[in-house]
Amino acid sequence: MVFLSNLVNGISLGSIYAIIALGYTMVYGIAKMLNFAHGDIIMVGAYIIFCAAQYWNMPLPVSLLIAMVVCTALGITIEKLAYKPLRQATSLAVLITAIGMSYLLQNTALLIWGANPKVFPDMIDTGSLSLFGGQLLIKGETLITIAVNILIMIGLTLFTSRTRMGKAMRCVSEDRGAAELMGINVNSTISITFAIGSALAAIAGLLLCSSYPMLMPTTGSMPGIKAFTAAVFGGIGSIPGAMLGGVLLGVIEILGKAYISTELGDAIVFAVLIIVLLVRPTGLLGKAVREKV
Amino acid sequence: MKKVFAVMLALCLLLACVSAMAEDVTLKIAHIGPQTGGAAVYGLATYRGAQIAADEINAQDNGFTIELLNEDDTHDAEKAVNAYNSVMEKGAQMIVGTTTTAPCIAVGAKAYEERVFMLTPSASSTDVTADKDNVYQVCFTDPNQGSASAAVINEKKLGTKIAVIYNNADAYSTGIYQTFVQKAGELGMEIVSTTTFTDETTDFSVQVADAQKNGADLVFLPIYYTPASQILIAANSIGYAPTFFGVDGMDGILTMEGFDAKLAEGVMLLTPFVADATDEATVSFVTKYQELYNEVPNQFAADGYDCVYALVAAAEKAGVQTGEAAEDICDRMIEAMQQITVDGLTGTMTWSANGEVDKVPTAMIIRDGAYVGLDN
Repeated sequence: MVFLSNLVNGISLGSIYAIIALGYTMVYGIAKMLNFAHGDIIMVGAYIIFCAAQYWNMPLPVSLLIAMVVCTALGITIEKLAYKPLRQATSLAVLITAIGMSYLLQNTALLIWGANPKVFPDMIDTGSLSLFGGQLLIKGETLITIAVNILIMIGLTLFTSRTRMGKAMRCVSEDRGAAELMGINVNSTISITFAIGSALAAIAGLLLCSSYPMLMPTTGSMPGIKAFTAAVFGGIGSIPGAMLGGVLLGVIEILGKAYISTELGDAIVFAVLIIVLLVRPTGLLGKAVREKV
Repeated sequence: MKKVFAVMLALCLLLACVSAMAEDVTLKIAHIGPQTGGAAVYGLATYRGAQIAADEINAQDNGFTIELLNEDDTHDAEKAVNAYNSVMEKGAQMIVGTTTTAPCIAVGAKAYEERVFMLTPSASSTDVTADKDNVYQVCFTDPNQGSASAAVINEKKLGTKIAVIYNNADAYSTGIYQTFVQKAGELGMEIVSTTTFTDETTDFSVQVADAQKNGADLVFLPIYYTPASQILIAANSIGYAPTFFGVDGMDGILTMEGFDAKLAEGVMLLTPFVADATDEATVSFVTKYQELYNEVPNQFAADGYDCVYALVAAAEKAGVQTGEAAEDICDRMIEAMQQITVDGLTGTMTWSANGEVDKVPTAMIIRDGAYVGLDN
């Protein structure tokens, strides 16, 4: 029973990683860049929801909508100002810019909302599911996070395979030059990718802070890095891979802490990542792309 | 003629005043502590406490004028050293700080080389004072906190099966944990679960579940209040309600924005200062603090306040003069520090040659959202 409850906790943590990883993997898959500021957009989203709910007394759906709009605007602005001018630059330059953007967002949040941590209000009030006569508790937040994950995963898969815009995204992902020759507007396609990724970040912010209700300017950074790891683990660029990688990472982290050592929890996570990458360099569900020379 | 005489008299008086002020020794004291970042609560509190003490001393006619410099170190060792360099350039003679342990170890090493006297309000690790004759503490050391906690738990029979959750990436937390375990061993107390976390940990379910699984009825939390709040929330969500026992880092949990203070009900902690004490000094300090900053001061504010008074007492004993360089007064301050007795907000304090303070800790419990003495 203890094992089951650890497993549930692992899935709960993993589903949070998964939802963040979805945003990472989507932007990477299409724009071929690692948006390290993704974790910090999540933090901004969580702060907006916090403010909307605590200070302006908005109901949850309205707060979430406001946060999604703000995050989308923020994502597009960041893309326009910081990443677009570097479209032709090396991927390393873009990577460093993304890290810089991450610090900029953290420190701006520090100026606006201050340093003191805030405890996120319990907004998803669903109670919890009690199994085996109360021995196994599954929190409502966990169930909702998993459901939202699956919905987003299905939604994104349908979007990229069925819609015109989605198809354009896949084209841009496959061969940017050829896509442009076919009349696809590469810039606006990438902007829309960022818009969707950032809107997802607002949802991830809500779910992250509902499960782990601590909100401060660095809230997004560690989960962001873990989620990036999850995305690589599952095969970066693959949408189901992000989900699988996230959940597995969470489960490994919790079980490692519970049965091996709390001190080695993070070390175990990254050791598993290294092993997976040695055996399968493209990640669990990643596609091997043959480079033609 | 009378008029001229009166004007002359007034001038004389004025001159006398000016000369009396000129006789005042000006002490340049620098406060360094986190005022942004995760530990901002502590640095802001020590600074505000120190500022109130400085204002009081400046308003009194006791021969000293305090010029209080202030720098933010964001609880980061590297930034703390930069802050130290910056205040030394501005001519600081002695330092109140740094507020938190890890930066204090870094700054202490530099100050030891450059012979600058430091009195930290709240950096409680023994590493802060170890092998450095120029660093003194106003707070209890971690060994003191750890062993005093074990002694209190044992003496008052607060728990029989004890769990410990501590931050193994933090010198403060690890220091208290080690002496707690040692003292608990000596007293024959049973520790059934020991788990750790780091600054980056978001999920505390494993730690709490381990304590519950092993049947702990008291969980000792030698940690800061931010992770402590997450542990209280995690325990509450699985319906686990042991006695929680914290140390001075727990102070601050009641003022956390958005935190449901009901969860902290019954939490115990060791702290040398209580804002609702009724002695004159505490009442006056709390009133001033509330007027200026609109919140109830915590223990750190009181530590900062006591720091400034202790420095002035030592400076008086050491005969420090206006504008003397920090390295010239350091050795005299060290000598004076061991001779003075300061009757502060956090108790009557004397210091030993290793820089540790001697005062009496008291155990508090949170009832109805406020600290009250455990014995009440």
